[in-house]
Amino acid sequence: MTEGMPGRPMQAYAPDGASQGTAGTGRPTGWDRQQMADRLAREFQDGWIVNLGVGIPTLCSNTDIGDRAITYHAENGVIGYGPVLPAGEEDLHLVNAGGQNVSLKPGAAIVHHADSFGIIRSGRIDVTVMGAYEVSAGGDFANWKVGGAKGGGIGGAMDLAACAQRVFIILEHTTRKGEPRLVRHCALPVTARGVVKLVATNLGLFAPMGEGFAVRELAPGITLDAARAATGAPLFEGR
Amino acid sequence: MAASKIVESFAAAVADIPDGAVIAFGGFAGPGTPYNLTKALLEQGAKRLTCIANTTGGAHQPRLPDLGMLVENGQVAKVVCSFTAATRPTDVLPFTRYYESGEVEAELVPQGTLAERLRAAGAGIPAFYTPTAVGTELAEGRETRVINGREYLLEYALPCDVAFIRAWRADTAGNLQFRLAQRNFCPLMAMAAKLAIVEVEEDILPAGAMDPDQVHLSGLFVHRLVKVPPPPEGLWTVRRQERAR
Repeated sequence: MTEGMPGRPMQAYAPDGASQGTAGTGRPTGWDRQQMADRLAREFQDGWIVNLGVGIPTLCSNTDIGDRAITYHAENGVIGYGPVLPAGEEDLHLVNAGGQNVSLKPGAAIVHHADSFGIIRSGRIDVTVMGAYEVSAGGDFANWKVGGAKGGGIGGAMDLAACAQRVFIILEHTTRKGEPRLVRHCALPVTARGVVKLVATNLGLFAPMGEGFAVRELAPGITLDAARAATGAPLFEGR
Repeated sequence: MAASKIVESFAAAVADIPDGAVIAFGGFAGPGTPYNLTKALLEQGAKRLTCIANTTGGAHQPRLPDLGMLVENGQVAKVVCSFTAATRPTDVLPFTRYYESGEVEAELVPQGTLAERLRAAGAGIPAFYTPTAVGTELAEGRETRVINGREYLLEYALPCDVAFIRAWRADTAGNLQFRLAQRNFCPLMAMAAKLAIVEVEEDILPAGAMDPDQVHLSGLFVHRLVKVPPPPEGLWTVRRQERAR
């Protein structure tokens, strides 16, 4: 499942002024958060219904994807929301799933939570983009519970992960300690199994293939060897 | 003539809630949250409550009355919700300390499953199968069934004794309208409850003033209505920046 989306061949993506970041280390660190989000947002196709998780995935809505019409779905039943409104212009009755005071686009609709998740469970979400702690080569991912915690935060993630047509993940390639987040098997409790189609990290774009990850694209300045060294599963060149 | 559904104060609206009640709290990230009813319940003091809500209450100061405050007030035995930790692992919820020490139990439920369990309870459906959470820790030891080649997890309806919700408009028959994202869990919780208590933002309309085609929740699911007074007496949703401050 690593082919490009219908009608849109995969293209190498170098953002404007694509000099890679180095985070002050002198070593290339690849894409920043917005560039990771941009890379996945460029996969969105005209007419898609998209659910963006809180955090970095929200940045996908900033990406210029031309005239493709995207409908953003929020778990709280807000269908067709638009940009976050500046302070003083908000409607306090209107939030997206991240609690941001958003606007509505023409054609928007409001439903209750059961209908909102009916939309999700019945497979009407074309793609959900989420953050994660780990993604496995088999397409499992973990994003609801950190190691050693008694509690967790599931929210709508398990419903979306199990039922959206595609699951895209954005995450930093390694932990702050430098441990890989792209792994053979998730160590943390999973959110869903075998569902992840594409993963954008600061080092590039990857697709879980079962035994390892296919490298779909590397961020500017990132070599395959550097990506391999930062990954806890085999990386395959090309598609 | 049936008794009026309008109650003059939040204190009167929650006065008869007994210890051990199962209470659902509407709202999602502000809109629809029954701050005033929750405040009244803090003052009323019912104990050993089971509280159903999407979250266990905010991490930020200053706080509006929420489930976390009921926990801190020693009124809660168990919560049923889709977050028992904050979305950001660095945020610590007031609830967490009580949960980790074992003072309060929790049942963590995926958000769509939570909504559907409430919907089922309100619709007379005892249980249902969902693909959500199959293959995860939440499904361990539980009944699953393969239907048309896909594995599903059995989930039971979640009936409640009481629902606290907030609506934009109501008429004296109890018919409700929600405005924008206020709707969220509110109609589902009212339908799942034996006693639905609503805090209403606009002046309560006479029966007949609301277009029947514009009713979001029939008044037959609604038992008590309390008008939210203007601030500072009444509590209203605040801007996100003010919440986070």
